[in-house]
Amino acid sequence: MSILEVKDLTVTFPGGIEAVRGVSYEVERGEVLGIVGESGSGKSVTSLAVMGLLPRNATVSGSVRLHGQELLSMKEDELVKVRGRAISMIFQDPLSAFTPVFTIGDQIAEAVRIHQKVSKDQAARRAVELLDLVGIPNPALRAKAFPHEFSGGMRQRAMIAMAVANDPDLLICDEPTTALDVTIQAQVLEVLKTAQRETGAGIVMITHDLGVIAGMADRVLVMYAGRPVEQGLVDDIYYRPRMPYTMGLLASIPRVDGEEGPLVPIDGNPPSPAALPPGCPFAPRCPMKVDMCDDEEPPLTSFGGGRHVACIRAHEIEHKGMTGADVFPVPVIPPSDVVRVPRAERATVLELDGMQKHYPLMKGAVFKRRVGTVFAVDGISFDVAEGETLALVGESGCGKTTTLQQIMRLEAPQAGRVVVLGKDSAGLDKSARKSLRADLQIVFQDPMAALDPRMPVGDIIAEPLRAHGRTDARAKVTELLRLVGLAPEHAERYPQQFSGGQRQRIGIARALALEPKLLVLDEPVSALDVSIQAGVINLLEELKNRLGLSYLFVAHDLAVVRHLADRVAVMYLGRIAEIGTVENVYDSPAHPYTQALLSAIPLPDPEMERTRKRILLEGDLPSPADPPSGCRFRTRCPKFARLSEAERQRCVNEEPSVARLANVADHGAACHYAEEIEVITASDNQEEQ
Amino acid sequence: MGKYLLRRLAINVILVAIAASLAYILAASTMSPRGAYEGRQPPVAESVVDATLDAYNLNDKTPVLQRYATWVQGVVVGDFGRTWNGGSVNDEMGRRILVSARLLLIGTLLGFAVGVALGAFSAVKQYKLSDRLIGVTSFVIMAIPVFVLATLLAIGTYNLNRGLGFTLIEYTGEYNPRLSGWDQFLNRLNHLILPTISLSLGSIAFYSRIQRNMMLDVLDQDFVRTAMAKGLPRRKALIKHALRTALIPSATYFAFAFGTMFTGATFTEKIFAWHGMGAWLVDSINANDVNSVAAVTFFAAVCVLAASFLSDLLVAALDPRVRVS
Repeated sequence: MSILEVKDLTVTFPGGIEAVRGVSYEVERGEVLGIVGESGSGKSVTSLAVMGLLPRNATVSGSVRLHGQELLSMKEDELVKVRGRAISMIFQDPLSAFTPVFTIGDQIAEAVRIHQKVSKDQAARRAVELLDLVGIPNPALRAKAFPHEFSGGMRQRAMIAMAVANDPDLLICDEPTTALDVTIQAQVLEVLKTAQRETGAGIVMITHDLGVIAGMADRVLVMYAGRPVEQGLVDDIYYRPRMPYTMGLLASIPRVDGEEGPLVPIDGNPPSPAALPPGCPFAPRCPMKVDMCDDEEPPLTSFGGGRHVACIRAHEIEHKGMTGADVFPVPVIPPSDVVRVPRAERATVLELDGMQKHYPLMKGAVFKRRVGTVFAVDGISFDVAEGETLALVGESGCGKTTTLQQIMRLEAPQAGRVVVLGKDSAGLDKSARKSLRADLQIVFQDPMAALDPRMPVGDIIAEPLRAHGRTDARAKVTELLRLVGLAPEHAERYPQQFSGGQRQRIGIARALALEPKLLVLDEPVSALDVSIQAGVINLLEELKNRLGLSYLFVAHDLAVVRHLADRVAVMYLGRIAEIGTVENVYDSPAHPYTQALLSAIPLPDPEMERTRKRILLEGDLPSPADPPSGCRFRTRCPKFARLSEAERQRCVNEEPSVARLANVADHGAACHYAEEIEVITASDNQEEQ
Repeated sequence: MGKYLLRRLAINVILVAIAASLAYILAASTMSPRGAYEGRQPPVAESVVDATLDAYNLNDKTPVLQRYATWVQGVVVGDFGRTWNGGSVNDEMGRRILVSARLLLIGTLLGFAVGVALGAFSAVKQYKLSDRLIGVTSFVIMAIPVFVLATLLAIGTYNLNRGLGFTLIEYTGEYNPRLSGWDQFLNRLNHLILPTISLSLGSIAFYSRIQRNMMLDVLDQDFVRTAMAKGLPRRKALIKHALRTALIPSATYFAFAFGTMFTGATFTEKIFAWHGMGAWLVDSINANDVNSVAAVTFFAAVCVLAASFLSDLLVAALDPRVRVS
């Protein structure tokens, strides 16, 4: 029997905004149901409605039954006995989800004492046991720590510990790993699986990451505009999608094991819940749209075998065996002229040589004193050739952003050299620096925060032109808007009238206004939904080829990097761990950190996820104020753990520098015991062979 | 931590010394206690006045800096000198601090407690009738100067007592000296009613507005939702998790109000005829009483610095995030 049965759930907010419009699903014991959808699709609201935690002004109708007992009509004092006991919830951002003024142990013990009649001491002991269960080292000591003293991954583990404190029947996880780095995400997903094994609970896993779902879920529900549009077993959804939206979504995600070349974007934007189109809400973006689609919203109809699809052409898709690539037009991106010249003969647009950036670590409120040094960037070297994209990847805190800032500052670094277009930043005077800025522009991560909300888009794009004394601003703005796929009349509008993807296009247009030679991209697509992201990635690729640009691209998403970059540099704790062409680094990574990073990325492929062998890293990133001696990665290195005592000495005493690997031209790793292996598609079976 | 506290103390001592010195020099160079002795009937001989003023270190014929040096010598050993007519400033200050404390302690604590409670309630009921009512009332009270409010209260009570034909609520003085024991205690409480109301109404209005904003910031936070997802009833989640966190900023305001309460209630003390520190400041300025003015200023400076210290301690006690690791 199902634990949870949701039927025709609708949620309406004041002003007639229907956030959820008829969601039905069931979850069985021990089963994982994945709910995927882009932002605004109503997936989080659905789960909050199940918990009864929506704001009081929301109107909820339909039916939510837990073990056959209706929850929606339940009184608050009955409902509190269900919450946290029969159903628990894990939230996205574990920092804000813990009360900052109580210790982690107290907060978990509180969850125990709400539902179980135990003494304070017993509850505290249970909290320590739970922290131990989720793999927190030193649980007795760490239970006395406050939330801000935990790292992101540890907090999410503690959150899971709190959620399973009362042995719930159902766990609702709302984007549980979205805020975490990939290696930490892999750890936390492992903990979730452990927690599920311990409790035998059903899990509702809400996420926008199709890779995470592929590895976790048994069944998947795809939501669009507040409604489920497709539902079925995970393999059916991934290998035989029958609704164009699902097909587009799967085709648009960049894959770390994928081919290079253009991605398949879904045109347009998800509709606002306040202004839904008539008929099928996906119709305006659907390449398979026929006139009938506008007449009526297609109901979610059974397709046999537990499958449900809401599309009037689903049978046709089934019959013809269409895939996303058949339905959605694959854009053609003209090839670049520059890359025909061999890399060695091309000009170098950016060169970093042993660049350092150390921050003083200060303490004290009134009298500040220096208590240490944060080694944010500790001597990195790389170069970017004309017409090339170099990606800088690594987890948060590895020094990517500091590196960018140091380059953009165009000043002499604390040590080492920064050479932009042949000019050493140390030797620039004020006017030379200003004119060089025209050749070096940046696109920021958050397209909302990077655009002045009180300036019309035309002025935003014209600003760099005016700052550099160009007079032909107006004509140039029109040209730039066209270039990034917007219309010239958009110049009169304000940033808030645009969607995230369009805003990022405006940011790109602004960066291109001065016709720079080198564009620095700081996580340009990480704030965008997958279907939008593909379009922006394609645009960047196209602009690079058409205008002969070079990119320095900072990202944490290695799948996006695979599509956009020619070369990649992997950073760890302020140093470069591995550098080389994308093919070399991805297909045969030599540094244990790169190997772990690549193997941690979930693939949107259930079959591969099931058999994939993961290299899990232990623990968290060490503090950049106190990096380990010798090789910085050795404290977490799986290879180090396998080395003999004599071999380890070298890792402890000697810091490795990037050394070129013997057999290829452009591939180097900073590891004393570098060894190329394949990890992305590595499976248990292969290991046995 | 000990080192930090010591350094903090040293800075505070220097700040108090600067504040008190400036106040003394300003008072000594502009006020003339001589006026109180001149023009008397029968006239007092100038030599006698000089001798008296010299004895009290108030003679304007002595250079200011020389008087200041004498004053400092006294202050260093804890002697604040003489009032214009020869009384001990120390005795007067000791008595008045106690009067102010008895008058203000209850009002200040009550103002904070009720204000915070009303503010939190008002935030939870945002845009409901009760929230709007509390909001409008708070602004009306804040718009009325305390001397108008106190006078209105006094007039109202006077009329009430006259209408009843007996004194139900006292509206002047601290206590009736003819009573003793338990009766006197009750009489003291009765005398406290009006000044306490007049004092706390303002701070209730003030704190309720501040606390409402702090609480609103916290109400939408994820941790309140987490607390409810654990199974805490809404009311308990709001009090234990939301209010506890939202108290941290208000505590800073409270610490300052608590520290400065001794000299901050001039109007209330004057109107209800309590002879506390606030009233003393006004009285001593009127009487050209240099040493008393300097003593009150000195005390006020100590209070402000103690308050800032108290606020740091309070915040550190309430918020683990600022504690020094």
